[in-house]
Amino acid sequence: MKKIAFSFEHLSFSHSNGKEALKNLNISASAGESIAIIGSSGSGKTSLLNIIATSLRPSVGTVTVLNVDPWRISKGRLQRLRSLIGLVHQAAPIPPRQRVITAVLAGRLGQWPLWKSLLSLIYPVDIAGPHLCLQKLDLADRLFDRCDRLSGGQLQRVGVARVLYQAPQLFLADEPVSAMDPVLSDLTIQCLLEDARIRDACFVASLHAVDIALRWFPRIIGLRDGEVFFDLPAAEVSESLLQQLYASERGVLPKQGSANTSS
Amino acid sequence: MNHYPAREFCLKCLITLVLIASFIVASFAYLSLNPLALFTKQAMSDVAIYVARFFPADLSSIFLQKVWTGVLQTLAISALATLLAAIASLFLALPAAGQFGYGAKVVTRFFLNFLRSVPELVWAVLMVLAVGLGPFAGTLALALHTTGVLGRLFGETLENHPPTATQALRLAGASNAQSFIYGALPGIYSQLLSYSLYRWEMNIRMATILGFVGAGGLGQILYYELSLLHEQQASTVIMAMLILVIGVDMISNKLRRVQMHSLG
Amino acid sequence: MSRVRHLRDPDALRRFSVAVIALAILWPMMQLAQFDVFALFEVNNLKVFTNFLIQFFPPNLQTSFLALVLKATFETLAMATAGIALAMLMAIPLGLIITYSLSISRLGPASGHQIARLGRYLARMFMLLLRGIPEIVWALLLVRVFGLGPIAGVLAIAITYGGMLAKVYSEILETENTLPARALLMLGSGRINAFLYGLLPGASQELASYTIYRWECAVRASVVMGFVGAGGLGQLMDQSMKMLNGGEVSTILIVFLLLVLLADYISLIIRRQLS
Repeated sequence: MKKIAFSFEHLSFSHSNGKEALKNLNISASAGESIAIIGSSGSGKTSLLNIIATSLRPSVGTVTVLNVDPWRISKGRLQRLRSLIGLVHQAAPIPPRQRVITAVLAGRLGQWPLWKSLLSLIYPVDIAGPHLCLQKLDLADRLFDRCDRLSGGQLQRVGVARVLYQAPQLFLADEPVSAMDPVLSDLTIQCLLEDARIRDACFVASLHAVDIALRWFPRIIGLRDGEVFFDLPAAEVSESLLQQLYASERGVLPKQGSANTSS
Repeated sequence: MNHYPAREFCLKCLITLVLIASFIVASFAYLSLNPLALFTKQAMSDVAIYVARFFPADLSSIFLQKVWTGVLQTLAISALATLLAAIASLFLALPAAGQFGYGAKVVTRFFLNFLRSVPELVWAVLMVLAVGLGPFAGTLALALHTTGVLGRLFGETLENHPPTATQALRLAGASNAQSFIYGALPGIYSQLLSYSLYRWEMNIRMATILGFVGAGGLGQILYYELSLLHEQQASTVIMAMLILVIGVDMISNKLRRVQMHSLG
Repeated sequence: MSRVRHLRDPDALRRFSVAVIALAILWPMMQLAQFDVFALFEVNNLKVFTNFLIQFFPPNLQTSFLALVLKATFETLAMATAGIALAMLMAIPLGLIITYSLSISRLGPASGHQIARLGRYLARMFMLLLRGIPEIVWALLLVRVFGLGPIAGVLAIAITYGGMLAKVYSEILETENTLPARALLMLGSGRINAFLYGLLPGASQELASYTIYRWECAVRASVVMGFVGAGGLGQLMDQSMKMLNGGEVSTILIVFLLLVLLADYISLIIRRQLS
């Protein structure tokens, strides 16, 4: 019986302005699974990921992440739980003037005591580790550069490198390749999938481009208006199902390189 | 802010002006001060005689040496005080920005307001009582007051800073302190430095006069010489004060212009 | 992967040298400022200071003392107000000298009088002198001429704040929009009138606002000047401190903080009324 990575039970979530983003979700995933979440803008992909990341609290129902309910435990335990969850943001949340190496090292802050974090500012406590992560993403030569000297796609990869360095048990990615060309997108997704596989970690990614989802992920969840429209192995996702899912997008399925209207 | 055409007659303004004028007259009356009496022949000649005592200034090398040490001491007091205050404010910025809850925020803000409201000279008198006469009292006094000022500025800067980077780190398990240092600090660092340097400039001016209550620097020398009726020596110290303040002003203006240019 | 083992932070050397230089400056600075943390914990000092602090609670609320404090508060307020009034008297002509020909030349072709330019230069230098010397230094000197009491304080404020007001008045007038004044010129009014009726009214609110703000600062400065004998709350606090009477000092501090709040409030109301 594989360990459960996360599960939702009758979960609903409404924003503070009253808009219901997720309606009565009942999903679960076990360790080692790789799942792609697809759907049109506003379907609730980001909210779903944020609920797993313990950034948002469900309005109704329960969420269980790595076998604990994050909203019933102490702050200290929540902090430790969060260090086991890695979230790749769509726009890398890195201060512009920070150097790439510091930004990547920040991934392990949850595992380091304060003195180590301070020491690292004086001289990086680990250079080989970040270098390795960046090497996998073809960015190793920028190790000591400042982040504001990077392009959008490069910055996104630094965000991914940070999560790789964090080595979490649960990978989450919110449109991680939106700013990248096809070659780099494939490289990044492969990298994340490989890392998840080695660590037997669950990997959930929300993607705008359907072809990437179908190409790389064994399990696809389609969200429409905050509800699960389908939850199927990639092979069983038919063209007509996709058309129905993206009914609002005027019959054009979003693919890699098409105009990105992100949620 | 411009009103075209000329502004209309405003009754409230007139009443306010009349109230202010009567307040001014009442003040003079309360002090039994007739401003015209200041400009009588007797008063003017008294002033003239006194002013004459200040010239020529004592420019002997022994005394200039003493004054130079005073200048350096004044600079040291202001620099150390600002440094201490900046470090303390860095710590206090987190609770002041609300990162430890609303209660902590209110208490911290109140505390910082208190530090700020008490004038530096009053702090100096208190510190002289605590640690004795000398520049250490001046340093502590300035540090306390400046912490109040910088603490509030740092807190506001942190509060107004977009929290995306900090929140992302917290979601990865970092503590409040860690997410502040790695997430917020790189973004607000230059603003905090700018506030601190500006405050240092003002503190130099303050440090020159704290000596009046025994807290070291040029002020202590001036007070000492004046109480011994050595007006010529006092004149030298006053000139040194002027040169110091004007010099710092010019340097900082130049640096600011250079910074503007380098930012493009 | 031997390449990885030799990777070094290129920035480290610069950071290290900056740290060394900073420490090299810090050490003599601490010597100069006689930074001796242990003085804080020296037994005798500590005893005296803690005893003093303990007396802060409760503050001295005897009627006789409160009456003294009230008198001193009025004296402080009167000092600040009279001082600012005199400062304005000084600042208006000074400010105008500096800004007059400049503003006039902004309104129309410059007259380019050499005398005007010289006058402007001298006025600027004079103002620098007035502003550069802190008001408390002036107070210390004036106490020796006019004796202990609020007169020295009033004059000290008048001198320093006169210089400050003059500088800011001239700055406000120099950056004011000249459109209404130029409009008047086009309608045929003289340059002086264009200045008085076109330029001045638009700037008057800012001028008044700054003056009231300076009044607030003057209230605070009046208290501080009391420590060199210029009367008011400051002198009272100085006397109480010399007697190590913590209760009295505590009362005066509280009254001072309330006074500052009151001055802040009054200034807010006046500024709102004038807008």
